[in-house]
Amino acid sequence: MKKYKDEINHSSVGLVIAKNQIISSELKLDSGTTLKGYNLCYETYGRLNKKRDNAILICHALTGDQHAAGYNDPADKKPGWWDNMIGPGKPVDTNKFFVVCPNNLGGCGGSTGPLSPNPSTGFAYGPDFPIITVRDWVESQNRLLESLEIESWAVVMGGSLGGMQAIQWAIDYPHKVKHSVIIAAAPKLSTQNIAFNEIARQAIRSDPNFFDGLYKTKNTFPEHGLKLARMVGHLTYLSDDILHTKFGRELKKGKIEFGFDVEFEVESYLKYQGESFIGQRFDANSYLLMTKTLDYFDPAEKYEGKLSDALKKCKSNFLVISFSSDWRFSPTRSMEIVRALLENDKNVIYSEIESELGHDSFLLPIPQYHRILSTYLNKITVT
Amino acid sequence: MKIIELRSEHQIIAEWITNGSRILDLGCGNGAFLAALQHEKEVTGYGIEIDPDNIVDCISKNVKVIQANLDEGLSGFDANSFDYVVMTQTIQAMRFPHKVINEMLRIGREVIVTFPNLGHWKHRLKLLKGNIPVTAPLPNSWFETPNIHICTIGDFERLCSSLGINILERAILNSTHRPVKTMKLFPNLFGEVAIYRTCKAPYKPNFNLHN
Repeated sequence: MKKYKDEINHSSVGLVIAKNQIISSELKLDSGTTLKGYNLCYETYGRLNKKRDNAILICHALTGDQHAAGYNDPADKKPGWWDNMIGPGKPVDTNKFFVVCPNNLGGCGGSTGPLSPNPSTGFAYGPDFPIITVRDWVESQNRLLESLEIESWAVVMGGSLGGMQAIQWAIDYPHKVKHSVIIAAAPKLSTQNIAFNEIARQAIRSDPNFFDGLYKTKNTFPEHGLKLARMVGHLTYLSDDILHTKFGRELKKGKIEFGFDVEFEVESYLKYQGESFIGQRFDANSYLLMTKTLDYFDPAEKYEGKLSDALKKCKSNFLVISFSSDWRFSPTRSMEIVRALLENDKNVIYSEIESELGHDSFLLPIPQYHRILSTYLNKITVT
Repeated sequence: MKIIELRSEHQIIAEWITNGSRILDLGCGNGAFLAALQHEKEVTGYGIEIDPDNIVDCISKNVKVIQANLDEGLSGFDANSFDYVVMTQTIQAMRFPHKVINEMLRIGREVIVTFPNLGHWKHRLKLLKGNIPVTAPLPNSWFETPNIHICTIGDFERLCSSLGINILERAILNSTHRPVKTMKLFPNLFGEVAIYRTCKAPYKPNFNLHN
């Protein structure tokens, strides 16, 4: 156990305190509404060099936040969500890079979102918080970049919805991104993806404690609905194979009880996932917003559905990674991105990592995956 | 690695390739060939490879590599998007070599392939003795070999003519992987490795058959 702790100390960014950047300029959103000002809560790891050319932007996925690595409190049991990726000597090496990870607008990790006060009413936005798109996120993050007085990102990197942000960054600010690392992403959601999101939303919205999103004012929370939403979501992050290997048809009590209590191990696991998500205090309105952001993402839309036209002006180098058993954003979806980049003769490297762990693979320390990233990021020259 | 340090078939291909051209290398291995061409002949292009270790090697050599299974097709690439599509020592391991060659000709202006020649006298001798040949260029036993579509120089040239493919250039290497005089007379008997530069029928630039 002691050895384990020492290892953590060596390769961990250690204690981190989140920072806040209040941005007072207006943000015109894709939806047509305007945010008069907003706060972006973010963490940083490593040091910005003199030339300010070693900054990496980490974009988080659906329920992630700014706490990607290290510990916020010495008593924390778990480090940040991508701690196996970010730290001294890790693939995103904080001895070399200055890592910035903001919480997305509309989230609930500290950036402006449904839990923040609405300046026009003085009360929390709740369900009135406008729907945000990936483009809006990029725009808001660009203001953070400016306030940090950094000209361009050495790398913009993310998995899943975070990978979509990395694509959007390369499209919207071609001169501000040198490398785009797009992991387990897709150029847009499939019909099936949208359908799963709708089930999750309906689970939340039909909870009697939802009160049209005004649950805070009633001092309650749509716990049950959010739990269900997470169970559905989580199931799509895992592969059929891994569910089978992990749980099979094992019964909790060893025999069938002919009832509706938790019987199969997999039922107990899903219940646990739902409950632990509630324990993280993720806001239900934020969850609804984030799934909408996912549904709306489609950079090719403005280009008559031609992704290659959308990517034409990109200047960055691309590393695209997928996982063999990911059926939520399968390797074929990543290949759509690669194909569109090839059509434009962009610098692109693509790797499909063999993994039985499904979509969640992008969060896990799979040796080949980390080797690819280490090798790629090591080759990047910073001063 | 420099061109001069590469395997001899790669050195010959490097001679054939014009400076500054765009290349797609199918089954690019550790990327050494593409990396050398990038340095010395200013080519641009991509490699396609399936082996995970090779992908890492390619990245460390600054070679743009796409991890893919060649048997699953090359539909990701546009027609005529490359000057050369190269495939060394792999065509005989494909499920449908003739389809692969046609696909390569769709994508590239010219196609360069190399393969071990089953017609080599050592192979013939083994067959005469009643065994499937196991030799340096074909090192596996019949039951475990990836080389499921081996052919002779004669077979390959007949396939080209039936598919309407022009052979622009040919080089035959002996077992020491050097071009030698006896090749001129009996390439199918003394050649161990065959290297071809081909193109689609209507397109006919400098035609050059030398051994």
